[in-house]
Amino acid sequence: MEAEDDAAGAIIGDEEIYANVRDETDSQRHRPIISGEQLDVEAYAALYTGRTKTTRLLFIADKCGAPSMELEALRMAYDEIKKGENTQLFREVVGKINGRLGPNYALDDAWADAVDRRAELKKDKLENELNAYRTNLIKESIRMGYNDFGDFYYAHGQLGEAFKNYVRTRDYCTTSKHIIHMCLNAILLSIEMGQFTHVTSYVGKAEQTADGLDPVTIAKLRCAAGLSHLEGKKYKLAARKFLEVGPELGNNYTEVISPQDVATYGSLCALASFDRSELKSKVIDNTNFRNFLELVPEIRELINDFHTSHYASCLEYLGNLKTNLLLDIHLHDHVETLYEQIRSKALIQYTLPFVSVDLNMMANAFNTSVTGLEKELEALITNDQIQARIDSHNKILYARHADQRNGTFQRVLQTGNEFDRELRAMLLRANLIKHDYNLKAARKH
Amino acid sequence: MNLSMSSVESLVAQIHGLSSNIGELTQLRNYLKQCDDLLRTESTRLAPLLTELDPSVHSLGYLYILEACTSAPISKDQANKLVLSVARFINVCAAEQIRLAPEKFISICKRLMLQVMLLEDPMRGVAPLLTSIRKLQSSTEQLTTLHPDFMLLCLLSKCYKIGLSVLEDDIFEVDLPRDLFLYCYYGGMICIGQKQFRKALELLHNVVTAPMPIISAIAVEAYKKYILVSLIHLGQQFATSFPKYTSSAAQRNLKNFSQSYLELVNSYSTGKVSEVEKCVEIYKDTFGSDNNLGLVKQVVSSMYKRNIQRLTQTYLTLSLQDIANTVQLNSPKEAEMHVLQMIQEGDIYATINQKDGMVRFLEDPEQYKTCEMIERLDFSIQRIMRLSKKLTTMNEVMSCDPSYLGKVGKERQRFDYDDFYTVPSKFTI
Repeated sequence: MEAEDDAAGAIIGDEEIYANVRDETDSQRHRPIISGEQLDVEAYAALYTGRTKTTRLLFIADKCGAPSMELEALRMAYDEIKKGENTQLFREVVGKINGRLGPNYALDDAWADAVDRRAELKKDKLENELNAYRTNLIKESIRMGYNDFGDFYYAHGQLGEAFKNYVRTRDYCTTSKHIIHMCLNAILLSIEMGQFTHVTSYVGKAEQTADGLDPVTIAKLRCAAGLSHLEGKKYKLAARKFLEVGPELGNNYTEVISPQDVATYGSLCALASFDRSELKSKVIDNTNFRNFLELVPEIRELINDFHTSHYASCLEYLGNLKTNLLLDIHLHDHVETLYEQIRSKALIQYTLPFVSVDLNMMANAFNTSVTGLEKELEALITNDQIQARIDSHNKILYARHADQRNGTFQRVLQTGNEFDRELRAMLLRANLIKHDYNLKAARKH
Repeated sequence: MNLSMSSVESLVAQIHGLSSNIGELTQLRNYLKQCDDLLRTESTRLAPLLTELDPSVHSLGYLYILEACTSAPISKDQANKLVLSVARFINVCAAEQIRLAPEKFISICKRLMLQVMLLEDPMRGVAPLLTSIRKLQSSTEQLTTLHPDFMLLCLLSKCYKIGLSVLEDDIFEVDLPRDLFLYCYYGGMICIGQKQFRKALELLHNVVTAPMPIISAIAVEAYKKYILVSLIHLGQQFATSFPKYTSSAAQRNLKNFSQSYLELVNSYSTGKVSEVEKCVEIYKDTFGSDNNLGLVKQVVSSMYKRNIQRLTQTYLTLSLQDIANTVQLNSPKEAEMHVLQMIQEGDIYATINQKDGMVRFLEDPEQYKTCEMIERLDFSIQRIMRLSKKLTTMNEVMSCDPSYLGKVGKERQRFDYDDFYTVPSKFTI
């Protein structure tokens, strides 16, 4: 029973660890963006570039529920869009702002029309160029032409067209660099459009090109693969992919994902799906991943707590992070499931080493009430994830290991009975069919 | 043809003369077949003939004449006499002789049943029909046309135990599929009445999955009862999909006729008694018109049992109050009653501590170490070996069947010199 005493004693100590985060001790590093405090929209958005920045800002505005944060996000989105050429999105954002940010953030029709007119002109120009290249049949220029078209449509928010054009360059790719370029574009667009099956296939395609894969590209591809697994709810595979991402990623893929995200997604998926040994070898002892974990110290603490069985503090960290994680565009749908899985794992891991567990101490360790704990344990036992029985009178959990010998006898008798029944039924049916057949044969004659 | 006393007497003489051994009996049978029309026309005047014949020795002849006698419409007062005479005949007749004319025998038994039902005293028919089945069967594995009638009489007269004893025999040979369906259906109902749900399930399963080109009303009714009995016996493990060997007609159509029952299955799978009761309320009329209300009530009470059984898997001890709350009973007293009943019926192993209001769940005390258990195992093994042998012989018989060989031979490739098939293929040169 020592483990529980330690847990009970260490709970007080955890407050200090938690409090450390707010110190300025790691001020030389980037202040943690994903933390228990309210999300700093500006700092968060600074992690990303390109279209994903706007999409994420809009997502935050939609989901955050606090008008101040919402307006902040919308303001930044407006600024960002003004720098680009996407008039469709522009109108959307203005609609959402609804005049709440004053006259500077109203619908600037003049700007929008100018952009649209420029777009028309550019499009005609590009088309003419492309036709010229096509008649000349120079592969490289055709490829560049389609690429330009793709870029153009992407900038204007017409994702489907952009995707089509990028894919068309495939026929004109001559070197593996070209292929990788095409794949990366296709991946980017598929992620934006939310079609993660394409992501997986293009990642596969890119990884198969023999040469030309520098570490940065490999890291990018692994991130993309991880994202697609995450969306497909394959948390174990997602975790593995994210954990394999090398530190070379740095800030090279900010149009899709930031290093903090890699750390967060990877750790949460790993916690929810890995068993203890895998967690230790792949996460805690993983030197590469340590670089990422430094960017999100709360998650690092969380994992260590889980591994050292300080479940109360681990779950507390998780609770604090929840609101901010819900604002993340990729993680939003999966937060609940992941949290549930992590909690169940904690409960199971707690009871695993013991023959009997006092439910009162366990409730303390997990910071819940005994009745609530009993209900959770009941669900886990019914799902066969814990082999134990609850003594509700004395509030003790007893481990219960099925008697193999009795179980075998029971199964043998049951199988015998089933075989008997099935065989007899089969013989009867065969007889009926034979009878039918004879009848038909008799009728024929 | 006019019957004169002389031809009647010659008939009697023939019967007397040709009843000693099997060769003569076949001759007699042919002769009787020719006289059949004759007998029918003179049915009313044949009664005195019966007195001249001894039913145990001249069973075949007696049978023909008796059958002709009874073919005429019978009035109510004569019914009693008829029942007595037929019953007496059945008791004393010789089995080998009546097996030569099974249709006649079956028809007089059916008439007996009809009369017994008209007299509203089905119990009188039970014993004679039991004897008749045993005499008509060539082996205990054969199903005769009389089996379903016998089951029906048992049901109507509430003589369930006799019905059960007949159900103990395994059936492997069937004359008419319709007999089998009715037999299994009535047999299932008898088993339900005796609370032997496992056997009932087996019988009903046979009806539902039997090969049938078109769906029959018996199968529909059997399916409805099948659903209810599986809910009681198997609980939530009931699978709404049919096994592969069910006929396609059944697979397509059975579900359409039993929608309300499938609704009941859905509400049962939620595990909440209130849901099930609500469903029962909605479909009360359908269940009532199918005469299944009693079964449905049993389904509801089985729900409590299942929930309590599930608790034994997760708890070692549990207070009666908690049981009442989890299983949605109204008070700890009710919970205690339920648990007590389940302990008595052997559904769970537990002890109730009334002082603390606690129930302690125990493990199954069966250790599988006793002599009885070894005997049971041995018996099962022997039985299965016998069945397997039966299966092998059946397989061998079928592989020698010419029509089977013909079909297999056709699909083989021609001119296979390297293969060592022993099956001749059909060449068309």
